[in-house]
Amino acid sequence: MIPSAFDYSAPATVAEALGALADAGDDVKLLAGGQSLIPVMKLRLADPAMVVDLGRIGELSGVRDDGDALLIGAMTTHHQIANDPLIAEHVPLLAKAAATVADPQVRHRGTFGGALVHADPAGDMPAPVLAADATFILAGPNGERRVAAADFFRGYFTTAVDDGEILTHIRVPKYTGWGAHYEKFTRVAQQWSIVAVAAMVRVEGGTIAEARIGLTNMASTPVRAAAVEQALVGAPLTREAIATASAHAAEGTDPASDLNGDAAYRRHLAEVLTKRAVIAAAGL
Amino acid sequence: MTVTEVGRARLRKEDAHLITGRSRYTDNITLPGMLHLAMVRSPFAHAKITSIDASAAKSSPGVVAVLTGADVAAQQGSLPNAWPITPDQKAPAHPAIAVDAVAFAGEVVACIIARSAAAARDAVELVDVSYEELPVVLDLEEALKDEVLAHPDLGTNKSATWVFDSGEAGTGKPIAEALDGAEVLIERTFYQQRLIPAFMEPRSTVVDPTGEQITVWSATQIPHILRLMLALTLGIPESKVRVIAPDVGGGFGGKLQVTPEEAITVLAARHTGKPCKYTETRSESLMAAHHGRAQVQKVKLSATKEGIVTGLDVHLLADMGAYLGLVTSGVPILGAFMYNSIYKFPAYRFECTNLFTNKAWTDAYRGAGRPEATFAIERLMDELAVELGVDPLAVREKNWIKHEEFPFTTVAGLEYDSGNYEAATAKALELFGYDELRAEQARRRESNDPVQLGIGISTFTEMCGLAPSRVLGALSYAAGGWEHAQVRVLPTGNIEVVTGSSAHGQGHETAWSQLVADRLGVPFENVEVLHGDTQISQRGLDTYGSRSLTVGGMAVLAAADKVIEKAKIVAAHMMEASEEDIEFADGKFSVKGTDQSTALGEIAFAAFSGHNLPDGFEPNLDSDATYDPQNFSFPHGTHLAAMEVDTETGRVTIRKYVCVDDVGVVVNPLIVEGQVHGGLAQGIAQALYEEAVHDDAGTLVTGSFVDYLVPSAPDLPHFTTARTETPSTTNQLGAKGVGEAGTIASTPAIVNGVLDAVRHLGVKDIKMPCSPSRVWAALEEAKMTGGVQ
Repeated sequence: MIPSAFDYSAPATVAEALGALADAGDDVKLLAGGQSLIPVMKLRLADPAMVVDLGRIGELSGVRDDGDALLIGAMTTHHQIANDPLIAEHVPLLAKAAATVADPQVRHRGTFGGALVHADPAGDMPAPVLAADATFILAGPNGERRVAAADFFRGYFTTAVDDGEILTHIRVPKYTGWGAHYEKFTRVAQQWSIVAVAAMVRVEGGTIAEARIGLTNMASTPVRAAAVEQALVGAPLTREAIATASAHAAEGTDPASDLNGDAAYRRHLAEVLTKRAVIAAAGL
Repeated sequence: MTVTEVGRARLRKEDAHLITGRSRYTDNITLPGMLHLAMVRSPFAHAKITSIDASAAKSSPGVVAVLTGADVAAQQGSLPNAWPITPDQKAPAHPAIAVDAVAFAGEVVACIIARSAAAARDAVELVDVSYEELPVVLDLEEALKDEVLAHPDLGTNKSATWVFDSGEAGTGKPIAEALDGAEVLIERTFYQQRLIPAFMEPRSTVVDPTGEQITVWSATQIPHILRLMLALTLGIPESKVRVIAPDVGGGFGGKLQVTPEEAITVLAARHTGKPCKYTETRSESLMAAHHGRAQVQKVKLSATKEGIVTGLDVHLLADMGAYLGLVTSGVPILGAFMYNSIYKFPAYRFECTNLFTNKAWTDAYRGAGRPEATFAIERLMDELAVELGVDPLAVREKNWIKHEEFPFTTVAGLEYDSGNYEAATAKALELFGYDELRAEQARRRESNDPVQLGIGISTFTEMCGLAPSRVLGALSYAAGGWEHAQVRVLPTGNIEVVTGSSAHGQGHETAWSQLVADRLGVPFENVEVLHGDTQISQRGLDTYGSRSLTVGGMAVLAAADKVIEKAKIVAAHMMEASEEDIEFADGKFSVKGTDQSTALGEIAFAAFSGHNLPDGFEPNLDSDATYDPQNFSFPHGTHLAAMEVDTETGRVTIRKYVCVDDVGVVVNPLIVEGQVHGGLAQGIAQALYEEAVHDDAGTLVTGSFVDYLVPSAPDLPHFTTARTETPSTTNQLGAKGVGEAGTIASTPAIVNGVLDAVRHLGVKDIKMPCSPSRVWAALEEAKMTGGVQ
């Protein structure tokens, strides 16, 4: 478990980091929490010539109130996300999902932005961020640009972040008062999601007024369960109505087959887990 | 004698240094001038090696040498198989570094020797090996056909066929009689998936060739056997080899091996004349350390309509993998005597065909043969109960050996010394709440609850404490089963105990201290236990097969008893009394009927100084003992599992697990508890989580812990453990083994419970591991075929 030799740079500001990226050329990797990159390098599945460590850039860490949204630094750890009072109040879905990531050691090291840019289809943070319609703020050689969550995830381990760019912040709209739940299905506790469902619902007088649902590991990218969301709007707050709507969960998905289950099983799981996630989010 | 230590839940002496990080594992060892090794391994499961170009690797910075199979062909010999189960057993040569061909993915084809571990690793990719791929045989049924051969030179995939027949052996009737006249015949095929021992510390070896002896530190269970086998394999005088097993982080049978990597590290050290270290990565460990289980069991059980079992016929296909390791071939034989388990039926036949495939070789893994046997019979007893429509416990009770019938000679020819299956079962039922759970099960079925409840039963026994040398010899095993110990009373009165049983996590230092403290009447703290170094512990047969206490522990007691006898001679001399009048209790020797006494320490000092000893008495107070038991030990128990199956997702949850184990007299309940918990975890892992999976080319797909699912604490329930205590009659302490009990018992309990939960929905069987997707698929299939009863 010894990686290939590489050069290392630890800039103190985003501007310095952008400079380091520009100088390094093509064969460079950004190091955030390192919970995916370091194992991959140790296994020699990646051998970048240069690693730029974002760990010393203080401005990339933390959560702050930004009016109708929260502005979350890309280097904020999963542990911080899971325990931040602003997130608990305004986007509890993120906290609930972050609390399920791996184990405490990983959550203290691994970062929100790192997990999003890594874009593992089985990772837990992309689906909630997609469900929440977050906006990704990228710094690049030509200044800042913003990408909507719906446009951010492009495929297996692929995002809208271009070479030379750094994800600095994620702006997540507030869903104050919504019920939220992250329903994760694994075989053992410390495992990537086989399928998981991120659900937020706004209940108004005995009916579901709005629903937002993101699916983990049901395609090469996180996907919205749009058909379920639509079916839930105006639905009575009953298990039966939620079950009926959840039967649409696998529509438009394209899950993989692997040792944990084939595509048919994953489609089935998506329906069951969506039902359970929405029921839990609605507080039934 | 006052018993103060045996039976006491002492915290382990070993734990302070383990917990505070002051332990020394092999990989912690650094010697001056030490070189580092990295292995070049075959990516192909079966291929000819057409050429190896190591020139680029040799000129890579820091690289000292590169060894290929051709370079060491004359020195490396063939790695040992110590268990030729039949006289005509076939086995391929097993070079540590492949010479002409590779037979599994992960086999070593070259070894880099470099000044740093990083330099060695960097050079691995620079070795250019050309392969000519050959067809692979991976499946046991395919291997049996002999169409594709794992080793074309052998001409067959069959290594050996071994048969036990109770009719022929005279231990029972012929099986044909039972099967032909069967009122009820249950016929099943069970699959024991391939498992990986997954010990916590990856294997590591350091070899120092610079002294008088070649010193080998290795993460091994078997320093003594390793010493002998390295000498034989590599042609080095045994007296020139010293093996040290420092702290070893678990083995579970996975370090009961003489590995290619150990031999290669010795070869590299001799080649360079410098100390060399090799430590495997976890990926290498999963790929190339030996695997376990991997059997297909075709079984037929005959019974009367009343549920009395009349016979059992077992046809086994056992996957050797690509080579025969130290005891690969014997693992199925260790199961052969256990298929009849706790039951007393009249006819039994066992036939096992050992087959080669192009996968990593298999060998001992916790339980070795006995979990497979127990699984088959315990699954069959449940199937018989279903067939007859009776309670599975009632069927077992009808057939098991009654406590008053011990000693009992089984249809497999073993003599069980003691047991009380009624008592263990009664206690388990009480702790479990069997009737209440059966009632809840009925309610859930009635209401069509999405979460169904099942009750799994496993009443098991095992043969352990490997053991009687004569029996092992009769089974064609190359070595014996005795154990050696030495007890030395130092001049200060402190005690040194040397044991040949090399611990790798079992807690020997604590348990042996308790044994000796009681026997010699000295404080627990005054006893030091030494082990794991062939220069300190000159004789030993090491640790496996739950043998440490019942063999090694008895050797310690025998040595202590000899010390007492010796001390009596000195005491009599010192107190001017006759030896017959000397009594020993609580560490003091006294003269019968007087108040005269002498402490053990005083005698030890007198024996050390030698100033005033009886004529002919050899100075010093110490003694050796070698103990070879007359029989195995037969622990048993009743395990009950309440299993919940979420029929919507297929997820299986253990709601309650109760086990009552009878391991005879217990020295340290805390250690027994730990062994039971760990054993349960590994048995449950086979039932629900773990499986080594290969793709069609023979590449290990479950090559990391991302895919090879070892459960951790959050995945396991609270275990309710209890014990009954039926002393063994074959050793002076009455102890039985415990190291493998949990693993052997739990797997069938879990699977029986899963099936009991969903059988009414039409599910007949689920292959292990019972993963959510498999359980769900079985439920779907049952729905499709209208399988509801």
